[in-house]
Amino acid sequence: MLRFVTIRLLRAGLTVLSVMTFAFVVLRMSGDPAQVLLGPDVPQNIVQDFRDRWGLDDPIWRQYLSYLRAMLQGDFGLSMRDRSPAIDLVVERIPATLQLTIPALILQLALGIPAGIYAALKRGTLADRGVIVMAIIGFTVPSFVMGLLLVLVFAVVLGALPSGGASSWQHAILPVLTMSIGGIGVLARFSRSAMIEVMGQPYIRTASAKGVRWSDVVRKHALPNAAVPIVTIVGFMVGSLIAGAIIVETIFSWPGMGRLLIVSVTNRDLAVVQCILLLVAAVMVVSNLTVDLLYGWIDPRLRQAPPTH
Amino acid sequence: MNNLVEIRDLRVSFDGVPVLHGIDLDVAPGEALGLVGESGCGKSVTWLAALGLLPGKADVSGSVRLRGRNLAAARRLALERVRGGQIAMIFQDPSSALNPVMRVGKQITEVLRLHRGLVGASAKNEALRMMDLVGIPDARNRFGRYIHEFSGGQAQRLMIAMALAGEPDVLIADEPTTALDATIQAQILDLLVDLRHEMSMATVFISHDLAAVAQICERVCVMYAGKIVEEGPVRHLFDRPYHPYTRGLFDAIPSLTGPRRRLVPIPGAVPDPRYMPSGCAFALRCDRARDFCKQHRPELLPQPGGRQLACAYPVPEARDILHHQEEYQ
Repeated sequence: MLRFVTIRLLRAGLTVLSVMTFAFVVLRMSGDPAQVLLGPDVPQNIVQDFRDRWGLDDPIWRQYLSYLRAMLQGDFGLSMRDRSPAIDLVVERIPATLQLTIPALILQLALGIPAGIYAALKRGTLADRGVIVMAIIGFTVPSFVMGLLLVLVFAVVLGALPSGGASSWQHAILPVLTMSIGGIGVLARFSRSAMIEVMGQPYIRTASAKGVRWSDVVRKHALPNAAVPIVTIVGFMVGSLIAGAIIVETIFSWPGMGRLLIVSVTNRDLAVVQCILLLVAAVMVVSNLTVDLLYGWIDPRLRQAPPTH
Repeated sequence: MNNLVEIRDLRVSFDGVPVLHGIDLDVAPGEALGLVGESGCGKSVTWLAALGLLPGKADVSGSVRLRGRNLAAARRLALERVRGGQIAMIFQDPSSALNPVMRVGKQITEVLRLHRGLVGASAKNEALRMMDLVGIPDARNRFGRYIHEFSGGQAQRLMIAMALAGEPDVLIADEPTTALDATIQAQILDLLVDLRHEMSMATVFISHDLAAVAQICERVCVMYAGKIVEEGPVRHLFDRPYHPYTRGLFDAIPSLTGPRRRLVPIPGAVPDPRYMPSGCAFALRCDRARDFCKQHRPELLPQPGGRQLACAYPVPEARDILHHQEEYQ
């Protein structure tokens, strides 16, 4: 078990390091922060000053090494825009993003999984078809289209909800809905197929043949077996929620991390972008790690046997 | 005779395709009945249908009476009391027929709770006794293990323990040894024989292994393409099979004694249930079939010696067969 966790942690660290490296290189290859931040009409000596101050003329490997060295000391760099620590700018935005992503995740779990299980148990009926159709619509319509559609209906036509901003809890409704609909669809489909697969297994027939009540066959025998594929998908979805936040926060002018990322990328504010990417990578890695550990808890077959040699 | 289970005209179709064409079958208390036939002939479907365990798309008609009570008309709750409590079933490939994420001990105590009202320590002790009874060594330590930690033979013993936990009147053993090694097969068969005597329960042994059926059963039914084609006491029927299909089954088995001879396979294959011939289902593969067989479906009719047969032109050694198929039509 210890070996398993250690290997996983090392792999997780390696993943985060690759993401950081990749982001570092790509950001520096794809545009000059001095040009973007200062604008085209600034005198050459000011531009050169700026380049010197941020070390932009150093060879990229030297920039990278000093970046790594700073990271190891817990220094995430300064924002090129206002020279405040990048990490503070990002941390400041985290609560706003969580206000959208946590309710969205809860909504996805609370609606997606039951809908999928229900459809599986009613396989072939009108209810099943209904769930499938809704699920397909949910995850095929891109979130920016879904967001605009919701704004059109609830803000423009009905006038019931605000279309942007973050001054009250009502403002969160449309962004949360936009973020969760795709995930609800994905979860419903996966839960449905996982459940159909499990319900066809011989041990389910054995449970029925023992005289176990139908509802207990589903609850005690089928659900624990269907949990593994469902948990896998939930792990992926946590990552994609963070990614989804970028689009949704932009549509609804929500002052979260996603919008900060867009602004910072446009401005080539390197330290801030790197900070956010690091955080996103860390969230994905942690959720995958959690999923791996959950597997062993859910399915005894996946528990690593202690090494015998 | 006072039968425990009486199945009458049991018919099953999947998506409109009939797979079981009217089965009549009795099980007396304590008897050992064998059901033999090729895979897909309806041996298992008969009992899955009787217990209401077929998927929803299956269309089941006919009657199944347990001590005179019709199960086909029973409500789900009543049926759940019968399953495992009066009629228990064990399946082939025990490793996949037991829940992989539930501790094996819990799978046994579940039956004890449902059918004997045992919970807590008394359920655990009884489950340990059952595990002991079926020959699981060191039961106390293995009570909390999972099924993948057991070998195939041990898994089948566990499934038998689980089935017996409800103290059923009938145990349906659906190919219980098919997925096991030959040496383990023999152990499981011995166990089934012993337990049947010990617990005085009837056993229905579903198998395509004729030798196993001969070892375990007193009476045997031969099924072909969703019908019973021959039935009788096991020794009598195996000594002198009347039905050409039963005869074919024996000719296809290598013999250890006597001169070496060529095995005779049954030509052709079981007809597709969607295109079942209007006459005898075996006619196309039968070297004794005549025109009559292709047009008339033979009925299962009583024969001397307590046997039954559905064939118009049986194997010739059987001189005492009543040739009234043609009159019957």
